[in-house]
Amino acid sequence: MIKHGTMILLAVILGTGFRVSLLKVDYRQYPGYPNGYIVHLTFGFIAAVLGSLIMPALIEENYIAVTVLGAAVQQFRDIRNMERDFLSEIEATEIIPRGKAYIEGVAKNFEARNYLALITAFMTTVGYYILEQLGVELLFRGLAGIVLGGIVGYILYKIMSNKTVGDIAKVRITDIEFSGPMDANMGVEGVIMMNIGLKEALDNWKESGVGIVIEPKDDNARATLANIGQRQAIMHDLVSQLGTKLDKGIPDYTPVNQLNLDTGRVGMLIVPIEKDKECIKEAVESTPILEDAKRKPLATKVGRKAAD
Amino acid sequence: MEGKEEGIVAVVTLKENAHKVEGGRASVFYAENEEELEYLTMLLSRITTAMAHNLGNGVYILVKH
Repeated sequence: MIKHGTMILLAVILGTGFRVSLLKVDYRQYPGYPNGYIVHLTFGFIAAVLGSLIMPALIEENYIAVTVLGAAVQQFRDIRNMERDFLSEIEATEIIPRGKAYIEGVAKNFEARNYLALITAFMTTVGYYILEQLGVELLFRGLAGIVLGGIVGYILYKIMSNKTVGDIAKVRITDIEFSGPMDANMGVEGVIMMNIGLKEALDNWKESGVGIVIEPKDDNARATLANIGQRQAIMHDLVSQLGTKLDKGIPDYTPVNQLNLDTGRVGMLIVPIEKDKECIKEAVESTPILEDAKRKPLATKVGRKAAD
Repeated sequence: MEGKEEGIVAVVTLKENAHKVEGGRASVFYAENEEELEYLTMLLSRITTAMAHNLGNGVYILVKH
């Protein structure tokens, strides 16, 4: 039998398992096809194998073997590039594009998940090794490995799960306000956001249009929501879940968003296919806060001082 | 041709409003009545894939965003 075989096998299984559990198809609608799964599962497996080999290498005092990790990290960075390239390429075919900030966030997530598999596998071997040194029976060694790997993996998973718009802002669904000659100007809460020239389009907006107001809870949230990429991500998520009556060549139903510069609230207009207020609210609230959009002016001295 | 050119691509208005528009880069289309105005605007919007806007003074513009 392979030396340290049990230890390695256990770690690989646990590490890969964690990667699999993160591979659920969520609202991001990606990956959706087996090809995508195979790519990510294989990389997750490789990451777990690498993680599980660190400890045995150290035990055998084969320190050079550990340096292979450096090369592995390069591989995982390629995943990020691959995801970014892919999502950027298909951007032109999206009715409502994801936006650069969102793509960057997704790409980074996919890279990070491989590290999660690697670390989980590594911690499993650590747990196993410690009890092996204490001379505990095989079964308990295995259990210790699973528990330690599982706990560390779970903590990392929790840390890695993003905040959502619902955490930093209140979302309200309102009616669209029509103003101006022939009601051509649309907006919410007094902010005019769009002018519609065609009567047919205007009637459609009146019938099925929905206004959304996103009210930031504090100044941090206000700065985050002011980010264009973040707002684009909200619109993309909203449209990918509830649909929108929009096609190429007919720009009249393009969803728009606009900041109320005085209050920092985000107004949004959209013609959803499903006009279900609760669902719209939930879709907006569940949009992740993008890492690149996150701002914390209140964490600085100047920011705090300026806020009061 | 989509998305190449930004700005006003066409202007549509009633003949009687001719004094409100000057021809510039964009072509100006004159309609005989309200019905034709609406129809012309819709048609031009679809053909040029530009968005129709109502300036409120009887002048419609088609804008590529």
